[in-house]
Amino acid sequence: MMRRHRLAALALTGAWAFAAAAPAAVRPWQAVLNAARGQTVYFDAWAGDPRVNAYIAWVGGELAACCAVTLRQVPLADTATAVTQVIAEKAAGENTDGTVDLIWINGPNFYALRHRGLLYGPFAAELPNAVLVNRHDPANRIDFTVPVEGYESPWRKAQLVFIYDSAYVRHPPRSIQAFPAWAKAHPGRFTFPQVQNFLGVAFLEQALYALTPDPSVLQRPVSEANFARVTAPLWAWYDRLRPYLWRHGREFPASGPAERQLLEDGEIDLMPSFNPAEAAADVAAGLLPKTVRTVVLEGGTLGNTSFVAIPYNSPHKAGAMVVANFLLSPQAQARAGSLHGLGGPTVLDLNRLTPAQRAQFAPAAATPWGAAPDALQRSVPEPHPSWAARLVQAWERRYTP
Amino acid sequence: MSGALRLERVTISLATRVLIPPLELSIMPGEVLTLMGPSGSGKSTLLNFLGGTLPGAFRASGRVWIGEREVSALAPQQRRIGILFQDDLLFPHLSVGENLAFGLEASLRTRRARAQRIEAALAEAGLAGFAPRDPATLSGGQRARVALLRLLLAAPEALLLDEPFNKLDAALRAEFRRFVFARAAAAGVPVLMVTHDATDAQAAAGAVLEIVPAPEGASIAPGARRTQAAAPVQSAGATVAEGL
Amino acid sequence: MSGTTLQRGLAPAPAPVAMPFWLRQAPRVTLALFLAPVAAGLLGTVLPAFGYLPAIGGRAVTLAPWRILFRQPGIGTAIGLSLASGLGATALSVLLVFGCCAHWAGRQPGRIGRSVLAPVLAAPHAALAIGLAFLLAPSGWIVRALSPWLTGWRQPPDIATVQDPYGLALTAGLLVKEVPFLLLMTVSALGQLPVARTLEAAAALGYDRASAWVKLILPQVYGQVRLPIYAVLAYALSVVDMSLILGPSNPPTLSVLALQWFTAPDVRMYFPAAAAALLQLAVVLGSIGVLRALELGIGRVGRCWIAAGRRRSRAAPVLRLAAVGVCGLTLLGVLSLVALALWSGAAGWRFPALWPRHWSAAQWIRQIGTVAWPLGTTVGVAAASSLAALLLVLGCLENEQHGAAVPARRSLWLLYLPLLVPQIAFLFGMQVLLTVCRLDGTLIAVIWSHLLFVLPYVFLALADPWRSLDQRYARTALCLGASPRRVFLRIKLPLLLRPVLVAAAVGLAVSIDQYLPTIFAGAGRVVTLTTEAVTLASGGDRRMTGIFGLLQAVIPLGAYCIAIGATAARRFAPQPTEGRS
Repeated sequence: MMRRHRLAALALTGAWAFAAAAPAAVRPWQAVLNAARGQTVYFDAWAGDPRVNAYIAWVGGELAACCAVTLRQVPLADTATAVTQVIAEKAAGENTDGTVDLIWINGPNFYALRHRGLLYGPFAAELPNAVLVNRHDPANRIDFTVPVEGYESPWRKAQLVFIYDSAYVRHPPRSIQAFPAWAKAHPGRFTFPQVQNFLGVAFLEQALYALTPDPSVLQRPVSEANFARVTAPLWAWYDRLRPYLWRHGREFPASGPAERQLLEDGEIDLMPSFNPAEAAADVAAGLLPKTVRTVVLEGGTLGNTSFVAIPYNSPHKAGAMVVANFLLSPQAQARAGSLHGLGGPTVLDLNRLTPAQRAQFAPAAATPWGAAPDALQRSVPEPHPSWAARLVQAWERRYTP
Repeated sequence: MSGALRLERVTISLATRVLIPPLELSIMPGEVLTLMGPSGSGKSTLLNFLGGTLPGAFRASGRVWIGEREVSALAPQQRRIGILFQDDLLFPHLSVGENLAFGLEASLRTRRARAQRIEAALAEAGLAGFAPRDPATLSGGQRARVALLRLLLAAPEALLLDEPFNKLDAALRAEFRRFVFARAAAAGVPVLMVTHDATDAQAAAGAVLEIVPAPEGASIAPGARRTQAAAPVQSAGATVAEGL
Repeated sequence: MSGTTLQRGLAPAPAPVAMPFWLRQAPRVTLALFLAPVAAGLLGTVLPAFGYLPAIGGRAVTLAPWRILFRQPGIGTAIGLSLASGLGATALSVLLVFGCCAHWAGRQPGRIGRSVLAPVLAAPHAALAIGLAFLLAPSGWIVRALSPWLTGWRQPPDIATVQDPYGLALTAGLLVKEVPFLLLMTVSALGQLPVARTLEAAAALGYDRASAWVKLILPQVYGQVRLPIYAVLAYALSVVDMSLILGPSNPPTLSVLALQWFTAPDVRMYFPAAAAALLQLAVVLGSIGVLRALELGIGRVGRCWIAAGRRRSRAAPVLRLAAVGVCGLTLLGVLSLVALALWSGAAGWRFPALWPRHWSAAQWIRQIGTVAWPLGTTVGVAAASSLAALLLVLGCLENEQHGAAVPARRSLWLLYLPLLVPQIAFLFGMQVLLTVCRLDGTLIAVIWSHLLFVLPYVFLALADPWRSLDQRYARTALCLGASPRRVFLRIKLPLLLRPVLVAAAVGLAVSIDQYLPTIFAGAGRVVTLTTEAVTLASGGDRRMTGIFGLLQAVIPLGAYCIAIGATAARRFAPQPTEGRS
């Protein structure tokens, strides 16, 4: 308890570095804009997807033009590197002049920094564009069941879908229960990223959600008492699926894009993806053949929101907030939603936009490749982050030779 | 005009082994003193010491004078002591003329004057027109002569010869020996030559000292194979320090 | 001026050439620049390995991290995998290189060989690994060349030819990269031995060439390449980037496991990560120890074998096999780079098409803007670290020739420490040191961290030529009245221009290859072509990786060409120096 307390104090000393007097909640946005002017914001973001990198570069160009903020992407192979960085800085007593200003963060990493008090905030409510965020969508307020509480701001939505190659597959599986039989009929033609990857563990969570008798327990932290009972159907199901996975379930691609390469190479016919528009965007970029299609499982799939957060020791918090606010702007969200951007649904509530703003979101001409919007209606909340960690651990224990 | 090369109680040792026992000698300008001894006896080491390029593993003491100038505390480039090795050591990346120019005193300023001086030196040595040549295209005898010319153009006040005739065949050897001693005499500088070849010592027509290595420490004695023309040891000014 | 120093009987010889202060300090400065980060780095790993890291709540010294480490699933397999691929790759590289040199001894391997090796030498590990993964994959180039006309496969077979559980693809990747390096080192060491004369003399005694090489040349050359072999061993045992691309993932090798835990979202994994890094260090040091023992044993047996006087051997076909092996590996390396180049311009290239169906410059055009910044950083960091390394190495070597004390010379082996200690074992600790100095995330920090790896290779490349230059050239020049500075600039540097430039090119290549040091010291802020390439490789995008990998390979290659070209254009080629045959 003592430590938490000291950390909070440290976080505070850093927090007021750029605007000493004004308390966060009432500071006028103009003051933030003024403070941000001329700042260089280092944005630690996973860079394994060239489309995301290109999008961040576009955001940088816009920000330089509108707000005199220089955005520099720090390309990460793994978001946890940024978490490590902040912790290393704290270890070295660097409490005010850290090297990370903004992190593209997801559940477990958010949880890791947040519960150590290494994030700045709450700041999300201060962003003028925060009022446009879709509040009906719980994924924008709760990140893997951990309340966001203003310590991170949403910028991108994702939902689990499956991409398949219709040249070889006529009937893809439509439910988790159907996977073992499908795989048996198509041995070696399906796999998912390694479980240490967020997409990999998401596939396991999706299966757990579909197979466990009472999914509501997944919303609470995992307990050793119930873990074995809750996950027993999952392992039974996985043991039936495993022999028919690509490489007999002994090797897995490192990430989503690595798996996309396997689909392009023709090594597999079916893959999970967190972006309903990925197939469409990939076909447009010439990365996947025009025969690919996207399928959403019946009964709903995991939805997920990507956030940005500001470390407690960032020296450019104002600049980072300006970036976070811009990411929520209708302009940035519309660009992200287009196939030239990232593809995928917006985090905004379209009803809160002006008609002109809404027009930017006019759906692109329907393509046969992406997922049908109505299929995405039902999204399932993610389990508490403790489940992901425990699932990975159990999976490793069971299936690592 | 230079003075005599004089060594005062010069000793050199490697670890616990005494290579050169305390040595006193002086060589007058125009004289040649020959130091003989088997290989590994420390002859070349003594020359290194005199030249100022003794490797750090050796320990040495004593003083070296040229005339009234003490050189033993000076850096090698300030001593004006030239060394001729058995290999010509012409700098392979420079032409013959550039090699000579590298040695030629800087006091000669203009490019024209320097070129003339070099060309004259080459002509005297029977190498007229060789200045632009690549040293690698010269014969062994020619290279040896260029090496000596380079040394002399630096206007040394003493010459050290480190078995300079060793690598030449018999015919060239005699010819080059004559060339070297004639040039040295003309320059009027003291010459210290080390060799293990008695005919070299004969040709030098000077005093001879011999290093006798022994397990308990080397000693230096007047050479047994004195040449007829040799001057008495005493007149060459070489004495072996007492007690060794 | 009366020389008072000369009165002290057998005092050390007065330093014949007054060494300038900076020159006298060169080895000390070099070692300080080296040992501080490595020592701090190791300390920063050892403490958490025993539970001490207050920033994340570790305040007591305990063995708990080790218990956790050995309870991790797959830890045994991971250690075995590291050992198998590391030891296998090292042993095979050494055998192939020595076999190949014995096969070609006395014949002229020629410039062709060297110019083919150059791109493979220059290409960074990550880029080569990505290209090689495409060659070897079941959907890769080799299978495509045979499908479907020979194999009948219309879809790639489900066979693990890359990322196989036995680490064979990883071993192959290490071989492709390390064999050219060892070959270069061995060939340059051979250049200092009278190989031709020795073989002639042995032939006159009735020894065939294979026996003569193994019995006479090998014992002489081994001492010279021992250190490069240790460096290969240490590298192969602890490689991260190649292992991510070519090695298995479930479990991966020990070093990758350590990296995964170092970067795990759950920071408590730091403790077992540090323990794993320390274990990695122990694996490397233990392997080097075993190798040293083997050397001694083989040396003893070998003496008897040599003394036995047998003149004929049946080794010739084996040696030819080794030569073929080296050629095959070189071919694999070159093809990997070609495949990368093709991918960078490929639009659609599905199995089983042997060539891309459509070409597109879109990748390149889109990347021109994003490449400029990392390209500039890469070249700047590489140039600065190579130049610094060159100055320090020249300082150390000059200091040595000016009669440096023996202990200073002996301690220079410490320069090789960063090559022998796994990066993962000290980079985190070094990052903490940099943060304390407020240097983390700066270019200086990255240049410094690169220097740790650039300098040893520059030293390796330059020490032998520099030491084997006939010292009498310098002495003659001094006696002609030239100042030491003039001797250095007018005689030594021009005579050794080629090795100096080649050493600089080696430095560039090593700097460009650095991934982990850039990530750690640059705090992720300093973006180079390599960090981009490995990050993209983690995303599996061959097109983008192709672009970055190609650029990565082209810069050092260009530097090599300049080094060779500049010296070839000189008026007089330097003569072989003393001791060369």
